[in-house]
Amino acid sequence: MQIQLNGDNIEVQDDASVATLIARMDLGERRVAVELNLEIVPRSLHAETLLKAGDRLEVVHAIGGG
Amino acid sequence: MSEQHNDPLIIAGRSFQSRLLIGTGKYRDLEETRLAIEASGAEIVTVAVRRTNIGQNPDEPNLLDVISPDKYTILPNTAGCFNAVDAVRTCKLARELMDGHDLVKLEVLGDEKTLYPNVVETIKAADELVRDGFKVMVYTSDDPIVAKELEAIGCVSIMPLGSMIGSGLGILNPHNINVIMEDCKVPVLVDAGVGTASEAAVAMEMGCEAVLMNSAIAGARNPILMAHAMRKAVEAGREAYLAGRMPRKKYASASSPMEGTIVGK
Repeated sequence: MQIQLNGDNIEVQDDASVATLIARMDLGERRVAVELNLEIVPRSLHAETLLKAGDRLEVVHAIGGG
Repeated sequence: MSEQHNDPLIIAGRSFQSRLLIGTGKYRDLEETRLAIEASGAEIVTVAVRRTNIGQNPDEPNLLDVISPDKYTILPNTAGCFNAVDAVRTCKLARELMDGHDLVKLEVLGDEKTLYPNVVETIKAADELVRDGFKVMVYTSDDPIVAKELEAIGCVSIMPLGSMIGSGLGILNPHNINVIMEDCKVPVLVDAGVGTASEAAVAMEMGCEAVLMNSAIAGARNPILMAHAMRKAVEAGREAYLAGRMPRKKYASASSPMEGTIVGK
């Protein structure tokens, strides 16, 4: 199925969760935060939150800024 | 000096020794960022929140590994947001990113040319964020009425610009900053515009509680040396403010006694 990740359309497995998607992004130990369809998904719920077609996901981290 | 140590900056009930807040943007690399922060003595450090495909270099450590939240108070900003909705979303992501830490720097910008605050959207976002439990340090224009509105909403710090972000033009309207400070019960910080050490000192001598800067340090030829200069300027300016400057006089007033000179009879 297709979802939107950080503005790009990508293909994921039908049983993908937020956690499996983040693992696939190869972010290592990086601290990230996730918003799914404009709602925050707390870290503790990444594994149990399943994705569905058309979901819009934002995965963010901290970078240098003023 | 003992007076200096008894003079903490208090923001949202938290106490800080340093009155210099610095940003982490525009540095050559994370090592330079780290060294500049150390040289500045800053305890509050701003970061931006971005999609993971931006600024991600797998070979480079995470910013938050270099600037540990255990050591510094991380202040996520909403830079790059041009409306209240995006700013509020960014703050919620930041709170999740920082494990519930709710101190944020709200900035809602008007356009890319001026990066001037859009105060209408800023007020909307501040209102929503305060009601959601955030401690909002707000970047705003030097308009005293807008500052009052933001204070009434419940922002924990009002941060008028000295001049446009990244311009290094100094404090262009000190009179307005003074008017804002006159009535404001929460700390007033100058955020943006400071270009060099004397301008940071000017802000502090005026009675600003602190100064927030990024470009003045990161854009210097030697950022680490400038970070140290800014630390001293902010400390000097604060002490001068507490000491109280001498009155200005129209004519000279001799420092040495006029009596007993060998001049004359």
